[in-house]
Amino acid sequence: MTDTLKEVQKKEAELEKGVERIRETRVYTPAVDIIEKGNDIVILADMPGVDENSVDVTLEKDLLTIYGKIEPEIPVNHKLMVSEYGIGDYQRTFTLSSEIDREHIQATVRDGVLRLVLPKADKEKTRKIPVTGHA
Amino acid sequence: MTTTYLERLLEPWREFDRMNRLINRTGSQGCSEYPSVNVWVNGDNAVITTEIPGIDRESIDISVSGNTVSLSGSRPAEETKEEESYHRHELWHGKFSKTIKLPFNIDSEKVNATYRKGVLHISLPQLEADKPKKINIK
Repeated sequence: MTDTLKEVQKKEAELEKGVERIRETRVYTPAVDIIEKGNDIVILADMPGVDENSVDVTLEKDLLTIYGKIEPEIPVNHKLMVSEYGIGDYQRTFTLSSEIDREHIQATVRDGVLRLVLPKADKEKTRKIPVTGHA
Repeated sequence: MTTTYLERLLEPWREFDRMNRLINRTGSQGCSEYPSVNVWVNGDNAVITTEIPGIDRESIDISVSGNTVSLSGSRPAEETKEEESYHRHELWHGKFSKTIKLPFNIDSEKVNATYRKGVLHISLPQLEADKPKKINIK
């Protein structure tokens, strides 16, 4: 039971040492699935409360960062009586290998799930480096 | 005076919290903890919010009976073919069900639920007949 609980709890994102956030908000690490599908790498990230206008996907050098900004929808005039989950932004960074075709990365959001499709670069698909040995 | 009044006011909610912990601990195996819920209250109305991303709204089942709300649904795993492989597998999949008991009886006719951006909001008003009535002294 405890294990299940751990799995479904949101994890707060860790900050690098010496770095502080500007916005005073909690930031969670979204859970992800990374699936290799033929010529694509598909990343699915659970970011409930995020839609296509509030998610940023940035690629800088090898680092692909997803950031989801939350505008909490708090019931008007209601008081929080039981709190099992926290609400906050989402952030996670991935290191991309050079085999990704950076120009054709697609991102969609549906029902709070971000879906990134990273196509493998054409030349990488077929390039094979022969290994030769010395006699 | 103020403190005791406030404490008395909050008492049913403490009990409510304790009860729900008990219910969900002894519930069916596997996924009874999922999903986590927040409960918001304004007098005679409660709002339950829960984050259940990636779920087809048709598969969400909400039923209300007396003072109890039951939530259930399922999230299928991403379809993969044989040659496809997972590098990471952190998303939650499967069936869930959760029962929440409120400290009042719910007017099931007036329950309202929305599912947007992976977040479910359920508004649960108290049954009119259940509300305290002011008795006028003649």
